[in-house]
Amino acid sequence: MSEPMIDIRGLCKVFGGAAETVMPLVREGIGKQELLDRHNCVLALRDINLAIPAESIQVVMGLSGSGKSTLIRHINRLIEPTYGDIIVDGQSVSGMDASALRAFRRNTASMVFQGFALMPHRTVRENIGYGLKVRGLDRDEIDTRVSHWIDRIGLDGFADRFPTELSGGMQQRVGLGRALATDPDILLMDEAFSALDPVIRVEMQNILLELQAELRKTIMFITHDLDEALRIGDDIAILRDGEIVQQGAPQDIVLAPADDYIAEFVKDINRGRVIQVGRVMAPITNGTTGPAISHDSLLEAAAIALAEAGADAGIVTAADGRPVGAISRGDLMAAMVARATAGN
Amino acid sequence: MADTSWWVTFPQMERETLVGFRKALDGAYRDFSRSYGDAIEAFFEPLLFFLVWFERLLINAPWWAVLVVVCALVFLVGRSWKIVAGTAVAFLLIGYFGMWKDTMSTMSIITVCTLIAIALGVPIGIVMARSDRARTIVTPILDVMQTMPAFVYLIPVVMLLGIGKVPGVIAVVIYAIPPVIRLTNLGIRLVDRDVLEAADAFGASGWQRLVGVQIPLALPTIMAGINQTIMMALAMVVIASMIGVQGLGQPVLRSITNQYFTLGLLNGLAIVALAIVFDRVSQAYGRRMQLQYERISNV
Repeated sequence: MSEPMIDIRGLCKVFGGAAETVMPLVREGIGKQELLDRHNCVLALRDINLAIPAESIQVVMGLSGSGKSTLIRHINRLIEPTYGDIIVDGQSVSGMDASALRAFRRNTASMVFQGFALMPHRTVRENIGYGLKVRGLDRDEIDTRVSHWIDRIGLDGFADRFPTELSGGMQQRVGLGRALATDPDILLMDEAFSALDPVIRVEMQNILLELQAELRKTIMFITHDLDEALRIGDDIAILRDGEIVQQGAPQDIVLAPADDYIAEFVKDINRGRVIQVGRVMAPITNGTTGPAISHDSLLEAAAIALAEAGADAGIVTAADGRPVGAISRGDLMAAMVARATAGN
Repeated sequence: MADTSWWVTFPQMERETLVGFRKALDGAYRDFSRSYGDAIEAFFEPLLFFLVWFERLLINAPWWAVLVVVCALVFLVGRSWKIVAGTAVAFLLIGYFGMWKDTMSTMSIITVCTLIAIALGVPIGIVMARSDRARTIVTPILDVMQTMPAFVYLIPVVMLLGIGKVPGVIAVVIYAIPPVIRLTNLGIRLVDRDVLEAADAFGASGWQRLVGVQIPLALPTIMAGINQTIMMALAMVVIASMIGVQGLGQPVLRSITNQYFTLGLLNGLAIVALAIVFDRVSQAYGRRMQLQYERISNV
């Protein structure tokens, strides 16, 4: 992998008056509670290291209070780090002066918010064009770009409505449109879909994945919903009490949860839609025959393929079509129902 | 005996010291007004010129022209035919009862005072909203301005500038400006934090944030402040007339001294009519803006 697009290095955040003086204690590993009791400081993030490759979706998952919203606000420096640095495309975000930071926010990273945060006094059109207007583009230019995005995210006919006239899903489309209209390299999504109904949420996830297939942005996506994380993440970092407790590909997290906390999370997950055949296949043995199944197909898809072919087993093939392993119905079933503890 | 007297009577300052203190302050202020009075008066010269010009304009214009312009303005701002009709009736009655000229004078001074109060009050309110320190400084000053009897601050103003329109305007503005300052501050502080964060996240500068987000979203609240300011300015009309401000306050003052009940009542009612017109118009405007922001779509 080449240079990461976003590189978070040793990031710590302490809220509270004497933040500077307690940093040495934090590095020595003082407990969160002790820090609060003795020094009246809240430790929000401790030594976060995360490298996000360009054009990928990095999900940061955690429950409320885990520090995930604090973390994402460090990327565009809505919150100042106490210690550590964030390097975006080779440039230190904490080193930027006020005008460089404004330029960074206008051109490079834009944000989608949990509560939509649309401007109630502006129409849909004006909201989507907000970032462009702040950037100082002329009206015609803004109009063309905004019209493109209104069309692209399915808001035709709503351009001159006010946000309060729209449903939640529609409002978040506006939020997404506003973020994309500035054509940023980085999209920061802070629980962007958490406030939506389950059906609308899935719909928005699909829109995002569709757009991502075409736009190839670097996306940091915050969520507290594991299903959502597994669905859209290329890579997932799990945050707990301000620390990353596990990071990896979705199927790695499901197959090998790092601790009981994560195991508890993943135990009710539909493993058939997360794990790929390549992870659970058996070595190829002589005489195995059956339909060819790509190594990166999901267990569920493989099961369907076997059932349709009426075969008991299949040959797993690599990207180049070379056979690399075998998978039987029994293996598939075992992998789909295995309890998380089995992966430990 | 002398030792225990403090137990019975309050141990107050020596009478001579107190007199000396008052004399010193009075003397200092008198010296100040003697040496700077002319300069300060010259500073307010353009304001006086404008006041006189505007008052003459209203008085000398034909009554029907004033009526048409007022009704047109009322409609533009309030967008309600009911309010326009009420305004027309009020002005026709005022004219019919012979109070047209005084009403024009009062309207001119109220308009100028309101504009000055807005021009000063909104920026002060903005500064207050942006800095907690400014707020802790300004709030007690506003408290004093609102509770100090108007007569008390009339004294230094009259000592400095004499009797006339300008001191009248200053007195009215001091009395009427607190609501617009307070409500501008409040309105801006109440703007949704999430929306402000979004503005920041898209790289808005402080000015873009203020003009594009904070002021527009605070506008309904600011309008409520302006409405209150106008009402308070009208309430000062009678007191201002004591220092020579022309208008509806003069006949009221005359009827107090001479016990002309009807004259007082009619002019009082004219002030009330003006107040209601101003109030309804500014409220209708505020409501219109509020509706625009809060259009609810759960149909």
